[in-house]
Amino acid sequence: MTLALSHFSAAVLFGVFASIVFGITQRSTSHEQIKYGLYCFAMFVGGVFVAGWVMWFLRR
Amino acid sequence: MANSSSGKKSSEATEAAVPLTTMAVLAPAVGWLIPGAGHLIQKRWTRGVLLMGSIATMFVLGLLMQGHVYQPNGGDILDMLGFVGDVGNGGLYILTQVMNWGQGAISHATADYGTKYLIVAGLLNFISAADAYHIAVGKKP
Repeated sequence: MTLALSHFSAAVLFGVFASIVFGITQRSTSHEQIKYGLYCFAMFVGGVFVAGWVMWFLRR
Repeated sequence: MANSSSGKKSSEATEAAVPLTTMAVLAPAVGWLIPGAGHLIQKRWTRGVLLMGSIATMFVLGLLMQGHVYQPNGGDILDMLGFVGDVGNGGLYILTQVMNWGQGAISHATADYGTKYLIVAGLLNFISAADAYHIAVGKKP
């Protein structure tokens, strides 16, 4: 069985799991963990869009 | 000068104050071997399950994407670092070696994502094991 994800879905899934671990390990209280996890996820997804546009401009 | 030496002494005193309990040794070791288990044995159920789910899912997705599992090697520096990352998966890495998984030829573009998933899952597990240690010594609630 193989899995062929698109670049975007692979990057978003990567962000989801990494954000969960970052949130739990880098903050102490539950509230802070959720906030930091969401912040990391937003940064991951934002980074994907920024990197996408940068590559689009480089290709032109 | 006097400040730096007194600061050094106080940091040494702080390090000496950390108790080396059985749990402080066991939690990171078990956490490395089974992702999330270092938290579970300290009754941090939600954190442990989330860590286990995230790291194990990332690892399985990496294998399903036909990611490459690095072997012990002394060649290219990136291969050596890849191996260090993969070893972070602990028991999951040992399982791939026993079952000979992750050794196929990369046949599509996103397989490279799989390789990265496997490495990052291991690195995240190192962070998770360090967190289990911090909980065990009382640095974190």
